Amino acid sequence: MFLREFWHKLGSPKWFYQISTGWMIGFAVAALVLLVVGMVWGLAFAPADYQQGNSFRIIYVHVPTAMVAQSVYISMGVAGIVLFVWRMKLADVAIAACLPVGMMLTALALFSGGVWGRPTWGTWWEWDGRTVSTLVLLFLFIGIYALREAIPDITLRGRASALVAIVGTINIPIIKYSVDWWHTLHQPGSFSLTEKPTMPVEMWAPLLVMVLGMYCFAGYIILARMRIEILLREQRTQWARELVA
Amino acid sequence: MILRLFFSELRLLARNKAQVLNPLAFLFLGVMLFSVGVPSAVQGNGIYAGAVLWFIVLLTNLLALDGLFRRDYDNGVLEQILCASEVPFMVILMRIFVHWLHTGLLITLLAPLLSLALGIELHALPVVMLALLLGTPALSFIGATGAALTVGFSRGGVLLALLVLPLFLPVLIFGAHVVNDAVAGNGNSAQLYWLAFISMVAFTIGPFATTVGLKISVQLQ
Repeated sequence: MFLREFWHKLGSPKWFYQISTGWMIGFAVAALVLLVVGMVWGLAFAPADYQQGNSFRIIYVHVPTAMVAQSVYISMGVAGIVLFVWRMKLADVAIAACLPVGMMLTALALFSGGVWGRPTWGTWWEWDGRTVSTLVLLFLFIGIYALREAIPDITLRGRASALVAIVGTINIPIIKYSVDWWHTLHQPGSFSLTEKPTMPVEMWAPLLVMVLGMYCFAGYIILARMRIEILLREQRTQWARELVA
Repeated sequence: MILRLFFSELRLLARNKAQVLNPLAFLFLGVMLFSVGVPSAVQGNGIYAGAVLWFIVLLTNLLALDGLFRRDYDNGVLEQILCASEVPFMVILMRIFVHWLHTGLLITLLAPLLSLALGIELHALPVVMLALLLGTPALSFIGATGAALTVGFSRGGVLLALLVLPLFLPVLIFGAHVVNDAVAGNGNSAQLYWLAFISMVAFTIGPFATTVGLKISVQLQ
């Protein structure tokens, strides 16, 4: 009952704008605390890796960005489904807000991966399975971005990008599996839901903090962008005018 | 009704020979350019054969995709299809199927010639043809979605490539490895199953997504 009411209210940009102020501040504070704690813990206190020495510490940037980038794409797919099924305006706002954030995080993951790859694999770039799937993710983001740029009409732009996001999301598992199968140099993922981490706790605990912090950070930026987008789209309405004035 | 749709699509195609022949010319042109470009030490020994074959197949398909809905969009037939027919879905499905016939199936039938040009040995030929037969439907059905979304732009070609090529990647990976394994004489049923699987997924969602995309594009006018 409560959920259904919440769902209906989400249809109103004004309501969302008002309620999301608190969420945004919450995410911002959580991100700040988690990222600072994780960064200091990971960079200064976690033990050095016995093989990779101190260079492994970039894991505390690399893994969170890569994980969150992928999550952002999948949330775009979910927002796309919401847009098609319920025609919710807010879903398009969410897609618009997720796009640049996801693009930036993917690029950052690729860059930090190169920085990590140089001392450990001896190369900045290697055509390795997970590297390629991240690169493909970047191209998927760019594709949606280019499509949005090409369509002037705001409703159609939302529907078109939602369609591509959905098709892309269905494809992501296939792409991931195919490039993993293809060949992989990467170390296996550090986290999985079913197995115990292979790292000692002093190493993975800060990583977990960083991952959570990065999720909060992405949540904060996406919410902030959504709020600006809402104000832009609602600039003709009374409440938005009063708010800005 | 399905048969009638099918034959009308075929007739349309027969009256527009350029749509069939131009991509084919590109196919052989691409193979030629590559074969001339590689150093003679690796020429014709099949090292790159899988990758090149599939890459050129992807590009050929992409070229043909641009014309998939273009004419119907320009002269308004597309709107008629979407409004008038009871099930635009069937018309679109047939259109994509016929597109596959003149790209995927035709390339499969031409595979002996392409193999000859790329130095794929005769014993690998049946597997190469099977891989093309199983993998190319995915290209047509995924690609049609992109074609539907970009048909509204006068210069949609680059955008179409940008949207669709990343999604073609799994087909390229499994397809190229089937060919390489077949040339080396290794087993390759896993990759063939994967190609079939990707095609099935594309066949399941492609026509729906294409219909939705066309509805969006029609409103753009």
